[in-house]
Amino acid sequence: MSLTTAPPRKPSLLRTITSSLNLTLGLFIIVVFFGGALISLVWTPFDVASLDIPNKLKAPGLPHLMGTDHFGRDVFSMILVGARTSIAVAVVAVGIGMGLGVPLGLAAAVRPGSFMDELIMRGNDLVFAFPALLIAIMITAVFGPGAVNAILAIGIFNIPVFARLSRGAALSLWTRDFVLSARVAGKGAVRISYEHILPNILNLLIVQGTIQFSLGILAEAGLSYVGLGAQPPIPSWGRMLAESQTMISFAPHLALFPGLAIVFTVLGLNLMGDGLRDILDPKIRRER
Amino acid sequence: MKFTSKLAFAASALALSVSAAWADSGEISVGMALEPPHLDPTSAAAGAIDQVLYANVFQGLTRFASDGSIIPGLAESWTISDDGLTYVFQLRHGVKFHDGTDFDASHVVFSLDRARAEDSTNAQKALFADIASVKTGDHYSVIVTLSKPNGSLLFNLAWGDAVIVSPESIDTIKEKPIGTGPFRFVEWVKGDRIELERTPDYSWGDQVALDKVTFRFISDPTAAFAAVMSEDVDVFPVFPAPENLAQFDADPRFQVLVGSTEGETILSTNNKLPPLDDVRVRKAIAHAIDRKAIIDGAMFGFGTPIGTHFAPHNPAYLDLTGNSAYDPEMSKSLLAEAGLADGFTTTLKLPPPSYARRGGEIIAAQLREVGINVEISNLEWAQWLEQVFRGKDFGLTIVSHTEPMDIGIYARPDYYFQYDNPEFQALITELNAEAKADKRTELLHKAQTMISEDYVNGYLFQLAATGVANAKLQGLWVNAPTQATDLTGVSWAE
Amino acid sequence: MLRYSLKRFLSLLISLLVASIVIFVVIEIVPGDPATYMLGINAQEDTIAALREELGLNASKLERYWNWLSGMMVGDFGTSYTYRSPVNELIGDRIWVSLPLALIALTLSTAIAFPIGIIAASRRGSVTDMSVMGATQLGVAIPNFWFAMILVLIFAINLRWFASGGFPGWDEGVFAGLKALTLPAIALALPQASILARVMRTSLLDTLSEDFVRTARAKGLSKAKALRRHALRNALIPVLTIIGLQFSFMLAGAIIIENVFYLPGLGRLIFQSISQRDLIVVESVVMLLVFAVVLVNFFVDLTYALVDPRLRGRQ
Repeated sequence: MSLTTAPPRKPSLLRTITSSLNLTLGLFIIVVFFGGALISLVWTPFDVASLDIPNKLKAPGLPHLMGTDHFGRDVFSMILVGARTSIAVAVVAVGIGMGLGVPLGLAAAVRPGSFMDELIMRGNDLVFAFPALLIAIMITAVFGPGAVNAILAIGIFNIPVFARLSRGAALSLWTRDFVLSARVAGKGAVRISYEHILPNILNLLIVQGTIQFSLGILAEAGLSYVGLGAQPPIPSWGRMLAESQTMISFAPHLALFPGLAIVFTVLGLNLMGDGLRDILDPKIRRER
Repeated sequence: MKFTSKLAFAASALALSVSAAWADSGEISVGMALEPPHLDPTSAAAGAIDQVLYANVFQGLTRFASDGSIIPGLAESWTISDDGLTYVFQLRHGVKFHDGTDFDASHVVFSLDRARAEDSTNAQKALFADIASVKTGDHYSVIVTLSKPNGSLLFNLAWGDAVIVSPESIDTIKEKPIGTGPFRFVEWVKGDRIELERTPDYSWGDQVALDKVTFRFISDPTAAFAAVMSEDVDVFPVFPAPENLAQFDADPRFQVLVGSTEGETILSTNNKLPPLDDVRVRKAIAHAIDRKAIIDGAMFGFGTPIGTHFAPHNPAYLDLTGNSAYDPEMSKSLLAEAGLADGFTTTLKLPPPSYARRGGEIIAAQLREVGINVEISNLEWAQWLEQVFRGKDFGLTIVSHTEPMDIGIYARPDYYFQYDNPEFQALITELNAEAKADKRTELLHKAQTMISEDYVNGYLFQLAATGVANAKLQGLWVNAPTQATDLTGVSWAE
Repeated sequence: MLRYSLKRFLSLLISLLVASIVIFVVIEIVPGDPATYMLGINAQEDTIAALREELGLNASKLERYWNWLSGMMVGDFGTSYTYRSPVNELIGDRIWVSLPLALIALTLSTAIAFPIGIIAASRRGSVTDMSVMGATQLGVAIPNFWFAMILVLIFAINLRWFASGGFPGWDEGVFAGLKALTLPAIALALPQASILARVMRTSLLDTLSEDFVRTARAKGLSKAKALRRHALRNALIPVLTIIGLQFSFMLAGAIIIENVFYLPGLGRLIFQSISQRDLIVVESVVMLLVFAVVLVNFFVDLTYALVDPRLRGRQ
C-alpha cells in the first residue's frame, strides 16, 4: 500500500537530504492547501455561491486568476472551497477506518487463530473483495449521492486496511517481554492493547494514516467525478473536472486547475508520509 | 437522386464512377446519446426506441409530419360519424410487413387490442382509454368505436406507442422488429449500433433516398463531439451538449439545426406542500427566476422562454411570460406578504438531464437571492420517478414535459405537482368534447392563462431541438413534434 | 500443501457465498422499480403491475435469490429486466472490452515499471534514482481519470491521432480495437506503473541486502550480475502479488476510465444498469468482479505458499 523506498543501511548524505526534503516539501504543499481551505472559511476572492452568467468561461487573468466556469464562478475561489470538501471527506473517512479498523485489528491479535480472529479477518477479506468504487456505487445507489455517503464508502474501505495493519503489528508485540510482564501483572487484554500495544503502533498508524488520507483525496475526486460525491452547490474538485469535460476543447483551464490541485495535494501528502516514515520509524517497510 | 444517378449512368462511362460514388453516399450514420433498451415501441416509454424505429421501421394508422400536423399513415383516409363516436379507417393496399406477411385490417385490430388489453404493457395505455371496440369492416377497413367523443384520437394514433405490429412476429419484436416501414431492421450490436436498410419492395409510400442507415450510440458528450468532428457520424439529431454547438456552427462542414420540441421545461412545484401551497409564495418564486440567465447558463442560449405550459410554436399559444417577469424585489415583498420575510427552505430534486442539473444550480442561486434556501439533490430517473413523480416527496423539481399537447395534466389533481382546481378541470372536460377549432383555441387560451396566473409551476423555457448534421444532408426534421428520427425524406445534396 | 489449498478453496467458496448474500441484500433495497422506469411517467398502475408480473418481480425475495444463485452455479445469470436478453450475453459483450483493456494496461504498466524499478535499484541513491523515484511519486498522485482527460485534450482533440472515445468493436479489425483502447490503457497504466516501479525497487533493495546476495557479492560477483542472477528472481514474488492485485483493480477500477472514454465495458454496464434499476445485471456484474478479485487473491496466496512453506501454517 505504501510505496516507499527501503530503509538505508548506511544513510547516504543524498538520502538524508531527500528524506528531509520530502518532509519539508510535503509539509509546505499541505500547509498551502490546508491554509487555503481554512482561509476559504472566512474569505474567498469571489463568492462561489453566486452565479455571474454574463461573465462565463473567462480565460485565466485578472481579476479571475484561474478564469471562470460555465456559470461565471471564479475557479480559484472554487478550488479553495473544494479543498475544504476534499479534506473533510478524506479526514472523516480515515477517521472511520482507524476508529473501527484499529480496535478490530487489536482484538483479532489478542488470540491469533481464535474464532474472533477468524471472523474479523474473514470479514476483512470480504470487504477487500469488493473494489472500493463498487462499495461506493452500491452505497450511493441505496442512499443517494452525497458527501456523507462518499465518506461512508471510503471509510468502509479503510477499515480492513487499518485492521490488517494493526493486527500484524500487534501480533509481534504480544510476544515481547514488556507485554508478557503486563500479563503477569494481571492486566486484561483490553487494557494491554490500549496501554501497551496502541502506543507502540501509533507511529505506524500515523504514517499509514497519511497514505490513506492521500488515497482518500483521490477516491473523493473519483467519486465526485462520476457524480457520487458532494452535491452542488458545494464545490468539489472531482465534480469540477466532470463538468469541464464537454468544454475541454474551448475552455481547457476548467480541467487543468482542479486536476493540478488534486495532484499537488496527493503529492504533498505522500511526500509527507515518506518523510514521516523516515523520521518516526526507519524500520517500517511496505505494508501490503 | 435515383433519377439523377440513372441519368448519369446513361450519359457516359465516365459518369459511372460518379454514380457509384452517389450510390455509396446513400448511406447515413446517425448519432444518438441513448441506446434503446429493446426494440418494441409499444411496450416501453424509452424515447430512444422511437428515435430509431418511428416512421422508419414501424408505421401507425396516422403519423406526425415534421411540423407536428397529423397526416395519413397506414390509413389512407377515414370518416368520422356525426356524434364523434365511430371512426372508419380505409387502409392502404399492397402493404407488406418485412417478413413478407400481407398487411390487412386484422393487424390493426390485433395491435390496438393488444395495446389496450388488461395485461398490456403499453407505456401510453391512456391514449387508448376511450376506445370501446376495434372491429374489421372488410379486408381493408377498420371500425373504431369510442365510449365518448375524443377530439384527439387521430393524434393519439400517431404516437410511436400506437404503431401497427403483426402477431406473427410479436414474440421476437424486442430483438428483431418487423414493421411495414420503408426501412427494415438488419442488425443490433448492443452497446454500439443498430443497422437498417431500405425495404427492397417498398411500394406503398414515398420512395426513400437512403439505402442504409446506421444508428450509433454515443452517450458521452465529449465522444459525441469528437464523432461529429471526425465525421464518423453524419447527423446527431439531438446533440447532448449545447455548449459545443457554436463550434459546429463556425465550421462550414456542418449545419446546426435548431428547432422546437414539445418539451415545456418547468420548475415543477408541489402545490400541496406548505409554504408552496400559497399562491403568493409560488408567485414570489416565479418572479425570482431570471429565465434569460437559465437559458444562457444551462442551455448556452438555446430555448424559448415560456410563461405557461404550452408550446410557443403552437398557433394557440399565448405569450404570458409577462406574468412572471424577473423582479426579485417583488419576490421579496410577496414573501413578506405571505409571512415569510425571512425566507424558507425547500428541496429541489433534479433528474439527470443537463437542463435540470445545470438549470437547478442556477435557480438555486437565484432563489437564494430572495431568501429562499434550496437544498439540491441529484437523482437518477428511477429515484426521481419513485420519490418525486409517484411519491410526491419534493418541494421543487425541474423536468421537461415532452409529450405534445399535455396541458391536460393540470386537470389531474393526483398528478405529481398536485394542482387541484375544479374550474380548470371543467375547462379541460369542455375542451376534450369540443371539436370546433376556433372554440378550442379560445378554451386553450383560457386554460393557459389560468395556470399561468395560478403560478402552478415555474415556467422556464421550451426545450430547443438542437441537432448537428453534415452540411450536405437535406430533408432532416428540424423540429421535434415527437421523439423520432424520420429519415424517409433525407438525402445527400450533390 | 494440498490441505492448505483445500482450506483456502473452502474459504473462497464461503467468501463468495457471503458476498452473494451481501450483494443481493444491498442491491434489492435500492429504491426504484425497474418496471416503473421502463414505462415512464404516463404509465398506468395496472400497466406497471402487468410488466412486474412479466419480469418475474412479484416472486418472493428468497425465491429470486435462490433462482439467481442456482443459476450462477451453472453459469446462468438470468435475464436482464430492461434489455430482456440473457445477462450472460450482456456481460459476454462487455467483457471483451474490459478484459483486453485490463490486460493491455497491465502489460503496459509492467513493461514501464520493471526497467524503471531495476535501474533505480541498481543505481540506488544516485541522481537517476532520485529523479525516477520523484517522477513515480508524481505518477502515484495523478488521478487516472484526469490523466485520461489530459490525454484526450492532447492526442484526440489537438493532435487528432486517436478518437476521444468509443469502441468500434473487434469486428472492425484488431487494429481499430487496439487503437481505441490505447489512450484508456495508458491512462489506467501510468499510476499503476508508478506504484509497481516503487514496489519493484524496494523489493530488489530488500533482496540485495539479504545474506545470500551479499555472499555472492563477497565472492566477487559484480553488483549488476548479483542483481540479475540472484536478486531479481527473489524480488519478483512481492511484485507478482502487486501485479495480481492490480489486475483485479484494473478490471473493476476501469469503471471511471470507461466513463471518460465511453467504452462499452463492464463499468459502464454497471452504471447504466443501476440507473435503469436493472438489478439482476448489477448484481451479476458486481458478483463477477468480486469473483475475479477473490480468485486472484486465492492464486496469489497459493503462489506464496508454494514459494514460502512457512506461510502455510499462518493466515
